[in-house]
Amino acid sequence: MSKKQPIFECRDLKIEARPWDAPPIPIVKGVSFDVNPGEVVALIGESGSGKTTISLASLGYTKPGLHFSGGEALLLGKDMITIDAEEKRLRRGEHVAYLAQSAAATFNPALKIGEQVTESAVLHGEMSQEAANIRAEELYNALELPDPDRIGGRYPHQVSGGQLQRLMAAMALVEKPSLLVLDEPTTALDVTTQIEVLKAFKKVIEEEGSAAIYVTHDLAVVAQIADHIVVLYSGEVMEQGPVEEIINRPKHAYTKRLMAAVRPSPEAGQGIATSKEHMRDVPALQVKNVSAGYGRGANGQPAVKVLRDINVSVERGHVVGVIGESGCGKSTLARVMAGLLPASEGEVLLDGNVLKPALQDRARDELQLVQFVFQMADTALNPRQTIGDIIGRPLTFYQGITGRERREKVLDIMRMVELPPEFEGRQPAELSGGQKQRVNLARGLAANPEVLLCDEVTSALDTIVGANVIKLLERLRKETGVSFVFISHDLSTVSSFADEIVVLYAGRVVEQGPVDEVLSPPFHPYTRLLITSVPEMRVGWLEDTMETREAAAGIAGAVEITEVGCPFFNRCPLKIDGVCDTQAPPIRQHAKGHQIACHHDLDEIEESEHQPQKVLTGYERALVDEEAAKVTKA
Amino acid sequence: MTDTTNTSPDVDSSIYDELPDAPPKTRLRLSWVGKISVAVVAFWVFIAIVGPYIAPYHEAFFIEDDLAGNPIDDPSFMLPSSQAWLGTDYLGRDILSRIMWGARTTIGISFIATLLAYSIGITMGIAAAVAGGWTDAALSRMVDAVLSFPNIMLGLIVIAAFGSSIPMLILLAGVIYAASVFRIARALGQDIMVQDYVEAARARGEGLWWIISKEVLPNAAMPLATDFGLRLVFVILFISTLSFLGLGVQPPISDWGSMVRANLQGLGNGLGGGALAPLAPALAIASLTIAINLIVDDISAQAGGSLAGKMS
Repeated sequence: MSKKQPIFECRDLKIEARPWDAPPIPIVKGVSFDVNPGEVVALIGESGSGKTTISLASLGYTKPGLHFSGGEALLLGKDMITIDAEEKRLRRGEHVAYLAQSAAATFNPALKIGEQVTESAVLHGEMSQEAANIRAEELYNALELPDPDRIGGRYPHQVSGGQLQRLMAAMALVEKPSLLVLDEPTTALDVTTQIEVLKAFKKVIEEEGSAAIYVTHDLAVVAQIADHIVVLYSGEVMEQGPVEEIINRPKHAYTKRLMAAVRPSPEAGQGIATSKEHMRDVPALQVKNVSAGYGRGANGQPAVKVLRDINVSVERGHVVGVIGESGCGKSTLARVMAGLLPASEGEVLLDGNVLKPALQDRARDELQLVQFVFQMADTALNPRQTIGDIIGRPLTFYQGITGRERREKVLDIMRMVELPPEFEGRQPAELSGGQKQRVNLARGLAANPEVLLCDEVTSALDTIVGANVIKLLERLRKETGVSFVFISHDLSTVSSFADEIVVLYAGRVVEQGPVDEVLSPPFHPYTRLLITSVPEMRVGWLEDTMETREAAAGIAGAVEITEVGCPFFNRCPLKIDGVCDTQAPPIRQHAKGHQIACHHDLDEIEESEHQPQKVLTGYERALVDEEAAKVTKA
Repeated sequence: MTDTTNTSPDVDSSIYDELPDAPPKTRLRLSWVGKISVAVVAFWVFIAIVGPYIAPYHEAFFIEDDLAGNPIDDPSFMLPSSQAWLGTDYLGRDILSRIMWGARTTIGISFIATLLAYSIGITMGIAAAVAGGWTDAALSRMVDAVLSFPNIMLGLIVIAAFGSSIPMLILLAGVIYAASVFRIARALGQDIMVQDYVEAARARGEGLWWIISKEVLPNAAMPLATDFGLRLVFVILFISTLSFLGLGVQPPISDWGSMVRANLQGLGNGLGGGALAPLAPALAIASLTIAINLIVDDISAQAGGSLAGKMS
């Protein structure tokens, strides 16, 4: 390797917060690393570790309230901290570009995508509008976006989340920056979309030859895209080195701890054996033939039907994991169970008794037994109430407990969810994300429910914090016998924690059964796509996966809600034209309680899984289509 | 793969705690402009309370004799002297005393009217936000009707019909300004009603009263309190304008607005001949309203853009 000058050098960088009424608080405590040409450096750590703050230093930027207090951030040999504002402005976009976590929040919904992608290049006087348009189209092609010649003319709401994320990459790359800063660009995406985006990022970084700083807390993603890893904790570098070395031979205790918190890939046999001790002859909660949706359509039906004919039962003391991509109706199912959204057809049973569809018609003790835990603890806790009031309210409301007795119970529950007692008088804003999620759970538990509906409760949390919350849930179900409906898009978490899994696709159950059955063959083609899409913490996994048939057929597709036939039709590698798109698939029983909805019989599905998986190239596929066209003509 | 996922023996989970991601709580800190403004407002509030007790004369007292006891030929528009520190008005009353007495009338009426506007506006605004649908539509259109009249026009019509008295003025200003408070309360309420914590309360089965008093109002309190200051300023100006037009507070009760109007002819005489008579009460109005505005600005700047956005 020739000894080239690094694109970006971080030299003993120090950043501090300066509150007006307290001495400065160091946020970044002397961090050094290099980014060489063509190299992707990953900054990993939990939230609060300073990884985003450090990455922003490469643009010479700090968030309000933070100040550079030492060290240098050299971009192509120039210190971004000390240069004047005008020079900073010119360098941003031309030499360094930033890609934020949420593309949906970054794009202006009122402007066409193409205008926004080319804006900075034209403003900087780098290119004419025409040249910028050509360059943008080149990038759309490289990022494998559909319709590269027309996508620029659309508005942000007209493309999918994964596409928007890639369009944001095009926006960042349009001026050919030497350094690209990516801040958790795939964290908010579904696994299948994540693969698609990762693949495009990796390809475009290689083709453009730019260096990148990749900020994330997801080690499995890092293993796919990074060359070099910097592990951060509390503003300090714990360990840094080549990706192979950190992933396979971590030395520092903190890195090892991070590794330990990563869930293994979903496989049969990882979960806890189904517990029988709390079981009764009647399921705690049962959903029978439920359909539901939003808006008001003709003859009492919802205008948009999100769930169709759902049958799920939750045994007492069991954990039922509900998985699927965003938009498949997971949260809607939980809202129907809680009564927040009345079902338009079918019924919900609690301990064998039919519940009224709407919340306001249900009796107070029925409400008490089914508790809903919201996804975002940040918004689910009233910022003006103390933790003690938040947890104590269900005690007073359902059980009439007040005064000293209530206070003691609140402290008991706080102990149960591992919150220190001094938090009782604090407000939610004074707690960390993980702590808030514990309060959120504690509020549900305080009602002494039979079923706890958990909507993506770990999705917004860091790996380690999320793992701790799962550990807590495992303990709680053993101790209390509460049943959980655990909604998640993260199959790894569900597979290590649930007794049963329900796989939803476009509002229908495509497969359900005991966790070990669902995670071993035969698979519904969609379940298989989900399983193969969960990134493994292994270098080279992305390339291997992209060669499978599932990836080729399904990953690029989007969820479409169909009235007739199988909803997975347009993404299915095993689809039968003329059958799958016209008839609803039959439900096939495999083992006890294991159901798969598919037109193929189970032997066919199982057999197809053993066939070598060959991907057709574009050319080969064109040949096949031509053959097919000839046949139909004849 | 498996060896990395199992917990290694040397992983010590006690050292690396979850990092707190919450910023330390910041208290309100006023800029020096804000501090001076607070002092100005506090000064006027103090005058409003004790003014009539410490004022040299009664508000309706005509100065007819000088300090030695000799009658004065023309006591109107006298220059400041040791007898009348700010001079006298067109009828020969002490301006300083009238400002001190008038503080109570002006600030008192405005404050009570603003409180009234707030109780009506918030009740209706939150009710509209929570109930939605038909109730919301009915209330909103009613408020639109009130808002479509210029405030002063509406005031003039009502006073022309019912005559002017202090309770009437309070009621009038209260109702007129309730309309704009309604708008803000409704917008804030709608914002809060879609928050997850309100949905969590609904899922728990909480009644409407709990949701309004414990979930919605505490979260709307801060922006509403900030808006209260601004609204108070509008009401002061509204009452002063009515008084200036001769339709507000009636003589002999002193009020800053009517003082400006009654002494307007003094302005033509220049500073040497009675301009202070209308200028002093005008200055009092300006100093109080500007000071309140500056405090509100300071608070909204501290609360960040979110508050400022909701106020506009």
